[in-house]
Amino acid sequence: MIQIFIHLLVLLIFPPLLPGVVNKTKALFAGRTGAPFFQLYYDIFKLMKKGMVISSTTTWVFTVAPVITLSCVLIAGLIIPIGNAPSCIFFTGDFLVFTYLFGLARFFTTAAALDTGSAFEGMGSSREVTFASLIEPALFFAFIVLVKLTGSLNLSGMVKAGSAIQYHTGSIASLVMIILGLYILFLAENSRIPVDDPNTHLELTMIHEVMVLDHSGPLLGIIEYASAMKFFVIGSILINIVISIFSITGWINYIVFIAGMLILSFVVGVTESIMARLKMSRVPSLLISSILLCGSSFIILLR
Amino acid sequence: MNEFINVLFVIILILNLFALGNSRILTIIRIVALQGIILGALPLFIEHHITIPLLISSVAAIILKGFVIPLIMMKALRDAQIKREVEPLIGLLPSTIFGGLVTALVFFISSQVETTNQPEVSLLIPTSFATILIGFILLITRYKAISQVLGYLVLENGIYIFSLLLIEAIPMVVEMGMLLDLFVSIFIISIITNHINKAFSSLDTRNLSSLKE
Repeated sequence: MIQIFIHLLVLLIFPPLLPGVVNKTKALFAGRTGAPFFQLYYDIFKLMKKGMVISSTTTWVFTVAPVITLSCVLIAGLIIPIGNAPSCIFFTGDFLVFTYLFGLARFFTTAAALDTGSAFEGMGSSREVTFASLIEPALFFAFIVLVKLTGSLNLSGMVKAGSAIQYHTGSIASLVMIILGLYILFLAENSRIPVDDPNTHLELTMIHEVMVLDHSGPLLGIIEYASAMKFFVIGSILINIVISIFSITGWINYIVFIAGMLILSFVVGVTESIMARLKMSRVPSLLISSILLCGSSFIILLR
Repeated sequence: MNEFINVLFVIILILNLFALGNSRILTIIRIVALQGIILGALPLFIEHHITIPLLISSVAAIILKGFVIPLIMMKALRDAQIKREVEPLIGLLPSTIFGGLVTALVFFISSQVETTNQPEVSLLIPTSFATILIGFILLITRYKAISQVLGYLVLENGIYIFSLLLIEAIPMVVEMGMLLDLFVSIFIISIITNHINKAFSSLDTRNLSSLKE
């Protein structure tokens, strides 16, 4: 009971801190002071108090999409385990639900973008969907590897790959490969720098930002909150796998988990500071390299 | 410890794919250098008791493959003053996929073959063959002389991994001889590269096949 309470607390309150850590790291690299860690909380509160401007060309899809996105991410957040405790919901095959909850969220985001009738937003949706089709195989290869390692068919068991299995040769090697593959996937899914620049509003570079241009006020606040939570949810898979390699048990798990998420945000900040955004035509090759990484880790495991 | 060695092998495989997919020669030089450093350090992890000759040959390999050869190549690249982009025969993405498929095939085949190999280095043979084949792909699909040298280096790295199987049997003199050969060949190739550049004002090796008075 108390574990579920902690899970919900962490899931609801913690995520907006992470983009703050990323931005602070980037500011540190650039020699600026940067926005405070809690900037995104302030932004969300500010947006919640504002009014909305809704274009007359839009239909109900436009208003409902951010809410659906947030609820999809929230349910996905209930499926993933936090720390050592099992997640709130788990059942056989829940990783499929997990993946397609993001699919549903993406569908509604792109549908809302198309609903505005702006050519600019249509372009963003087209990019988002194209890249998503390359992200999915990599994610499934990673899941197959985890299933093969643990023999468990739900996410709570799967992400404990390191501690749950009797080691056989090459299991850590393939775990390292999928961690790297999932990291690329994590950057792509959260529209971070090598794939998409979250700060710019340029026609050439935008993917996610372009789709939410027409949203304002509380709807934009919900979108910001949902994308922070998505960062948290996908990152927590990565962190859970890394933590499980060093088998830590007990209450300290939560602390290690939170520290892991902060370190992950720091690493994302470093990645964004030292890398340039890739040319749009080169992005698919990065995503395919993540498919190759996850795929070859599966092959290493099979032998 | 075995797991750690396997992780190193996996990093080598990943670096292979990155070398295939990268568009800048300078980055590929750095990738190959990193691969060389990891390779140089490998014997220290595989061997259980470290001897002085082993240490010397390992340090020599790290210095040569990780620092000297990359510096020579960077200098050759600077002197040639060419565009730093790779010009592949088949695109970067297809060649990366091709490399991935080759790696998969090697792993599949090596799982079918019975070896007397000790389990602690079970990834050694597939990694070495995959690296050799990817070196071949780099050699075949690139036009510029410098990129071809990089393919040769990756190929040599693959052979070096295979020779780790015989780590106890190879005397230090032979190993040093191999490193000297590598050094001399890279040295000569860099000079030749410069001459190709002077003669044709590009590094495109296709120019070499055209006959003229």
